[in-house]
Amino acid sequence: MDKGIEIRWHGRGGQGAKTAALLLADVCFKTGAYVQGFPEYGPERMGAPITAFNRISPEDIRVHSNIYYPDLVVVVDDTLLNSVDVTAGLKEDGAIIINTVRPRDEIIPLLKGYKGKVYTIDARDISVKALGKYFPNTPMLSAVVAVTGLMDWSLFIREMRSSYEHKFSKKPEVIEGNMNALELTYEALKEQLNEN
Amino acid sequence: MSVKDRMSGNEAVAYAIRQIDPDVMPAFPITPSTEIPQMVSNYIANGMMNTEFIPVESEHSSMSATIGAEAAGARSLTATSSCGLALMWEELLVAASNRMPCVLALVNRTLSGPININCDHSDSMGARDTGWIQIYAENNQEAYDNMIQAFPIAEDKRVHLPVMICQDGFITSHAVQNIELNEDSEVKEFVGEYEPEEFLLNKGNPVAFGPYAVSNYSMEAKKAQEKAMEDSKEVIISTARKYKERFGRGFELFEEYRTNDADYIMIIMGSAAGTAKQAVDDLRKKGIKAGVLKLRVFRPFPSEEIANALKNCKCVAVMDRTESYNGNGGPLSSEVRAALFEYKIYPEVVCYTYGLSGRDFTVENVYEIFDELSGVSEGNIDIKQHRYINLRTKEEA
Repeated sequence: MDKGIEIRWHGRGGQGAKTAALLLADVCFKTGAYVQGFPEYGPERMGAPITAFNRISPEDIRVHSNIYYPDLVVVVDDTLLNSVDVTAGLKEDGAIIINTVRPRDEIIPLLKGYKGKVYTIDARDISVKALGKYFPNTPMLSAVVAVTGLMDWSLFIREMRSSYEHKFSKKPEVIEGNMNALELTYEALKEQLNEN
Repeated sequence: MSVKDRMSGNEAVAYAIRQIDPDVMPAFPITPSTEIPQMVSNYIANGMMNTEFIPVESEHSSMSATIGAEAAGARSLTATSSCGLALMWEELLVAASNRMPCVLALVNRTLSGPININCDHSDSMGARDTGWIQIYAENNQEAYDNMIQAFPIAEDKRVHLPVMICQDGFITSHAVQNIELNEDSEVKEFVGEYEPEEFLLNKGNPVAFGPYAVSNYSMEAKKAQEKAMEDSKEVIISTARKYKERFGRGFELFEEYRTNDADYIMIIMGSAAGTAKQAVDDLRKKGIKAGVLKLRVFRPFPSEEIANALKNCKCVAVMDRTESYNGNGGPLSSEVRAALFEYKIYPEVVCYTYGLSGRDFTVENVYEIFDELSGVSEGNIDIKQHRYINLRTKEEA
């Protein structure tokens, strides 16, 4: 990693955006990076818009404010596009990843003229196929690594396996499902990665 | 050997508590410090520490039980935030005046109202005159390091006072960052065995704690307490030095960041100090001689040392993360101006109130403040001595 990256997550309470931000910090830490992962707390309600943040850097991170000029924005729920200004401050040479069932061409006009790279991913489809349930955070985490190249893909897969084996030591049946979700996301994004 | 890890500020403090393995921890949950007793309870349930955990029905009781356990001769601590600290009020003074070397892990959160769960320093600043030593942290690492130094300071025979270890609610308590952790055995050795001199369960040597004192004695007791607070400064410094020699990290009363040749210095506490240091690095690249004095110890207040550190600069910004409602700036502003007057050092001083109830504080805010300081010292602008930063205007609201 030559320089740092700042990421802003938009989700709804209960969807795991905060968990995804903390998991990303976790896996980047294992590659030797300096990491920061934190949520912004308001009145906590299921379904209310929430924000979480990541700073990943080759140098010690001292800033403790929220992120206003992110390199990457991750939208875990596309209904937020109607109510939250998700591209606010997003760098033009940055990117946005949106979880949606709709095709990318339908999403781009909703982004207030954002000129950077736009990626869409159907995390629900992937999660249901891989895990049998809707947990968008694993596909979204995978999409972040695929889009940013924050770390080598095979290293990411190896570290995630070891982290799931630790986290789900009492529920080993969900390990393979989560690993599948990571891989399926990469496959689903391949075309867009080549285009962009 | 230190171990590199990543964890939140709350996890770091709970980890330190496990390593210290105190005798007793009474606690009552309150956001954003709830995770600390929760994680300690897990450690205890998993057989990883021997602390007696007492679930109580309120913070008044958690502090009362901490005092009771400490008086019995047990090393004791608790954790809380905001209204929890407010409910402990009476007991905070009882702990200090009875010279109980207990510890409180405080996760700073605003006091009502409007009711809000986010960070400012109104809880601990309200308790600044209760007789507790107060130590503040910039990040998870400092919260961890300060926690390990708390009992050696509190239990020193020259001190015998309670210690409050403060960190910023959510901003550091819930942010996962890199951290270096000490080995368990090294922490145990650093903290040492607790050997109370006078305690209730000391068979054959009966004592009383907290009896009535008539006026003939009460004032002397308070003066003795004040003397202990003065003497604690030396102990805080020597403990920090010992810690740094051993583990290679930390600061004494404050950190001076690029202040040596600075024309403009910002005095600030807690997590915002990190943001300020980043901004200072950016400004230095543009040739602006800015620096940061990050205050670690607010009680005892290092008046002489701060005045001395400010003697060569032109203009100072004092940053308060609480409001005193006195029309004259916050508590840090009052203390710093009093110190400068006492030691006859007269830079221009501007007092800022920032970050109330979790209002964000950014590097851009720091640029803005240093810009104002240079305007003031050049005589280009005339601004009020007490200002709010990052306050929304009527149009923005």
